[in-house]
Amino acid sequence: MAHDARIPPPVAKARAGAPIKIAGVTKHYAAARGGDVHALAEIDLSIAAGEFVSVVGPSGCGKSTLLMLISGLIAPTSGAITVGGAPVKRAVGNVAIVFQRDVLLDWRTVLANVLLPVEIKKLDQVSHRPKARELLRSVGLEGFEDKYPAELSGGMRQRVAICRALVQEPGLLLMDEPFGALDALTREQMNLDLQRMWLRNRSTVLFITHSIEEAVLLSDRVVVMSSRPGRIADVVHNDLPRPRGAHTRSEPRFVEHVERIRQHFLALGVLSET
Amino acid sequence: MTTIAATSPATSSWVADWISRNGPVFAIFALIFALWEAAVRALSIPDYILPSPSVIAAKMVASWQLLLSNAFVTLQEILLGFGLSVAVAIPLAIAVVYSRIFERVAFPFMVSLQTIPKVALAPILVMWLGYGIMPKVMVAFLISFFPIVINSVIGMRSAEKEMIYLVQSMGANELTTFLKIRLPKALPSIFGGLKVGMGQAVVGATVGEFIAAERGLGYLQLISQVRLDTPLLFAAVVMLSFLGVLLFNLVAVIERIAIPWSRVATEVAE
Repeated sequence: MAHDARIPPPVAKARAGAPIKIAGVTKHYAAARGGDVHALAEIDLSIAAGEFVSVVGPSGCGKSTLLMLISGLIAPTSGAITVGGAPVKRAVGNVAIVFQRDVLLDWRTVLANVLLPVEIKKLDQVSHRPKARELLRSVGLEGFEDKYPAELSGGMRQRVAICRALVQEPGLLLMDEPFGALDALTREQMNLDLQRMWLRNRSTVLFITHSIEEAVLLSDRVVVMSSRPGRIADVVHNDLPRPRGAHTRSEPRFVEHVERIRQHFLALGVLSET
Repeated sequence: MTTIAATSPATSSWVADWISRNGPVFAIFALIFALWEAAVRALSIPDYILPSPSVIAAKMVASWQLLLSNAFVTLQEILLGFGLSVAVAIPLAIAVVYSRIFERVAFPFMVSLQTIPKVALAPILVMWLGYGIMPKVMVAFLISFFPIVINSVIGMRSAEKEMIYLVQSMGANELTTFLKIRLPKALPSIFGGLKVGMGQAVVGATVGEFIAAERGLGYLQLISQVRLDTPLLFAAVVMLSFLGVLLFNLVAVIERIAIPWSRVATEVAE
């Protein structure tokens, strides 16, 4: 479609994503009204470099906690996490996060928003500028560089947030329900855009979502989590050929994967047919 | 429609725009003054009870030097009091946002002090600080301080937690987080406080002059009252209004320069 005409040739430089190793990680935290919340039971998960892994699960199963732990913004109660072989302590270098809310800075133009990580990490602004522009162009935001976020639609804003995450060429991209606030059609387009960008830079992606179809469409593996305390109920391997698109949804294996994950939710009582 | 915009000069369309926006306000004022003037003449109300707008205007022209020199004194008091407010309120707001002690102890204490009517402190301040400019500066400071500090605290706390996480994940320290996130995020709210505070500072300085003064517009009002010079009394009120509007707009202009994105937001909202 018209969108594909904008795709620049694949970047020659191959970037290897960072592998993640999560071993025996648990998380308890103090609840606001006292008491102890057991957010995560023991989690063991290895993610290969450049792999796209989704996590699906009922609300409150600790998906977001897992993401925060990997980012280093919060510390696990026990267990160890390594990203790119190095143990995660406080927030570390080569990780980028995209939240459900785009959290663009209203006071910065689109381009300045994309360059925020470059500025904070004190990297060279001038050399990153063309890259930021190219990223914006690749998601159809050419000509919007000098607009303020208030002038953009929800889908456009989230595209800017993704460009902001990718400008630093992260080894690991953490996405916490990034398309949860978008309408269904925009969401489908964003899925395809994300896949296209990922196919080009191949960073490791941990993608949290409520949508089973979205998870299966995008991922190499889908991790199914059970309710609190969160634990891994199943891991679905998915080697459907890429690039995937609307045609993928009608493939028997796609339907099979979706069905298998849905059965877990039925078993967990998250979905009920009666 | 583009042809019309293209053929009409930019300046005249700007003037037309301004008139269409502000015209109704001026029309209302013109109407009020006309009715006032007519009523005073028709009922032959004496000047010492209610002077007509034309009498007040004539008085202002005749006594412009007196009015201006006193306005300058009041302006000084307002600006010093307001400046002091900003200089104390902003750092205090930062302390409240970043320090538990300030948040738990100093802030509630300050809020409870707010229940004291500051104007009632003016006689005490006069007793301590004398008849000069200082007690007025202090009243203006006390009365304008609170809205600035409250709005600054609210603004600095308004950044979403994801926003903070985001910059922390990029390795930002507390100072960077403050300068790049909390402060710009707080600016619209801070300016809201500054606008209210500026209005309050005008009230503070004037009331301070009522208590005890040798110069200033408030003092001029007292003198005119004693002399039954009602036109001058009104002229002083007009001058005070001018001062208030001028200073409020000064803050508004600085706001527009400091936060250009908020104008974009309102334009889009319209």
